[in-house]
Amino acid sequence: MEFLQYFGGVFEPVSFLLLLGGTVGGLILGATPGLSPTMAVALLIPFTFQLAPTQGLILLGAAYTSTVAGGAVSAILLRIPGAPANIATALDGNAMAKQGRAAEALHVSFLSSGIGGVIGVFLLIFLTPVLAKWALMFGPSHLFWMAILGVTVIGSLDSKSFVKGLLSGCLGLWLSMIGYDDIQGAQRFIFHDALTGGVSIITALIGIFAIPQVIEMLSAGRKRQDVSTVVVHKQPFLDSLKLTLSSVKSLSIGTTVGSFIGLIPGVGGQIAGLLAYDQTKKFSKDPESFGQGNPQGVIAAESANNAMVGPSLVPLLTLSIPGSPTAAVLLGGLLIHGIFPGGDLFDNHPDVIWTFINSMLIGQILMVIFGIWVAAYAAKVAQVPKAVMASAVLVLAVFGAYSVQQSMGDVYVMFVLGVGMYFLEKFGFSAAPLVLGLILGPIAEANFIQGSMIANAMNGPVEYFLMGPLNLFLIALVVASVGWSFFTTHRENRNSKEPGNA
Amino acid sequence: MNPSATSASDPSTASRVGHLVPASLVLALAAVVAWLSYTQEPASAFLFPRLIGTVMLALALWNFIRAAMGVSKVGQGIAVTTWLNIIPGIALMAVFVFFAAKYFGFYVASTAAFFLLYSGYDPAPHTALSSWVKRVVITAAFMGVIYALFTLLLKVQTPRGMFL
Repeated sequence: MEFLQYFGGVFEPVSFLLLLGGTVGGLILGATPGLSPTMAVALLIPFTFQLAPTQGLILLGAAYTSTVAGGAVSAILLRIPGAPANIATALDGNAMAKQGRAAEALHVSFLSSGIGGVIGVFLLIFLTPVLAKWALMFGPSHLFWMAILGVTVIGSLDSKSFVKGLLSGCLGLWLSMIGYDDIQGAQRFIFHDALTGGVSIITALIGIFAIPQVIEMLSAGRKRQDVSTVVVHKQPFLDSLKLTLSSVKSLSIGTTVGSFIGLIPGVGGQIAGLLAYDQTKKFSKDPESFGQGNPQGVIAAESANNAMVGPSLVPLLTLSIPGSPTAAVLLGGLLIHGIFPGGDLFDNHPDVIWTFINSMLIGQILMVIFGIWVAAYAAKVAQVPKAVMASAVLVLAVFGAYSVQQSMGDVYVMFVLGVGMYFLEKFGFSAAPLVLGLILGPIAEANFIQGSMIANAMNGPVEYFLMGPLNLFLIALVVASVGWSFFTTHRENRNSKEPGNA
Repeated sequence: MNPSATSASDPSTASRVGHLVPASLVLALAAVVAWLSYTQEPASAFLFPRLIGTVMLALALWNFIRAAMGVSKVGQGIAVTTWLNIIPGIALMAVFVFFAAKYFGFYVASTAAFFLLYSGYDPAPHTALSSWVKRVVITAAFMGVIYALFTLLLKVQTPRGMFL
């Protein structure tokens, strides 16, 4: 119960104001189609430079939590999911809104998000220290394999083509090696002056997540997007509360699926929401009502995508392996503030980490309160023209990238990576493994070099890197993640070739 | 929507040539990375790059062969209309980032980039005076927020260039 000692830190005036601002701002950003939680957190990182590590993390954590929940607003009112995690919410949420039950849909959405989120954070609180102690047993060879596992799992799961997914991960690993070598100071892959200091993680994150979305927004040209919103009629809050609390089955499925998905590196909320929705529908006595405005669909999807948030930080804080693309961006935020995840994190920075985790718990409650309050206004933000949104994100990205080191070189790198990522994504490459490769590259390389030195002093690299139960277990996981992806891709290709599937 | 979430899951509508172009570029990059990793000195500083470069080259070769054989399925490619829509925007952004920000000053260039991008892609009629007034007001308001955030709050010193 160590976390209870650090609750006071959340209520310090500046920290609490940041938590409040991050929650309300995140809800509005989340409700805005085109601004994903990942991009919102990436764009916020430059604003945390001036803050103490705890305060910076509180802001990022609040934004992460509330952007996921805020995405439900546009999903329900406009049938446009604010984020991929809210796709399943739109199915029944918008149907409810069209039946004049928009307020009820918004109430159950935020209540179930809050319940799922709180359970997810409790999992984070109780699982993380246990896993962190376990992680202390890891040597350089194990940490090397863990980093490789992170890249292969995300590369395999996030992309439909496992070759392109793994290739994206390799591109990220290569980007992480640009600049001066840490040990010998040798120049590596410096093709331009802007690359002398290497590729800054924050710069890369802003470019990779913001610029492709700017270009995507421009891709429709000057076409007017007619967005029809629905009127939100008043609904007694207590009725919604009773309905949510009585939906034990949907909440249980949602939080269980969300928590489990969150613990798997790289899977993310989109899958959590859809899987929980699907399972709730299968276990329902009235599956035909799903998609027609059944609140159980909203409850399952929203409890799942917010239950995923806490557990997605468990592998991040203990093993440096993010559980979702947004968690990968959060890892960048931790590193910027000099906080290195790992087994000794809770010994070195207990105040920072516990205050951050506690703030996520309080943030879930604030998210429910403010979510219901700002939902009606947030829907208006969702109708901001794409031309304005694209211009705003571009200028924010340029200023954000420049402010990292006050260098134009960072702005060039940000833009080139962003435009490159847009084209790569159009041909099936994926941003998440690339980012993870970039973040985990230094961890993989440092442990590879350290391991090689130890191996040279012992029985050679083969025995050090490839033998031992933990090494073999991690290698088996790497092979399994690649093998599973290869198998599913092969099966999908075969199914699509069969007559009738074309 | 997050493009990373959609693009990877959409069925391919890109042609074989469409897939070959990025596959060739990635292969060329992987070849350069692998070649530099094995030829640059000191060799010990390139131990890890060699490992990654080799895996990357093998994967890039595999990807190229799949693209050449026409079995590359993932990625919807870019339609001609999309190209026509995005090229002016990308060109404007490139001028802003690589030239205008440094030579005209960060704030002047950013204001111009915001206004031009917004005006260029705004569906509202270009002939109506009220649309132009609205664009000017929104641009000024947004740049005011940016100035308050970055210059007043974060104390970021931006390049001044010719103007501001």
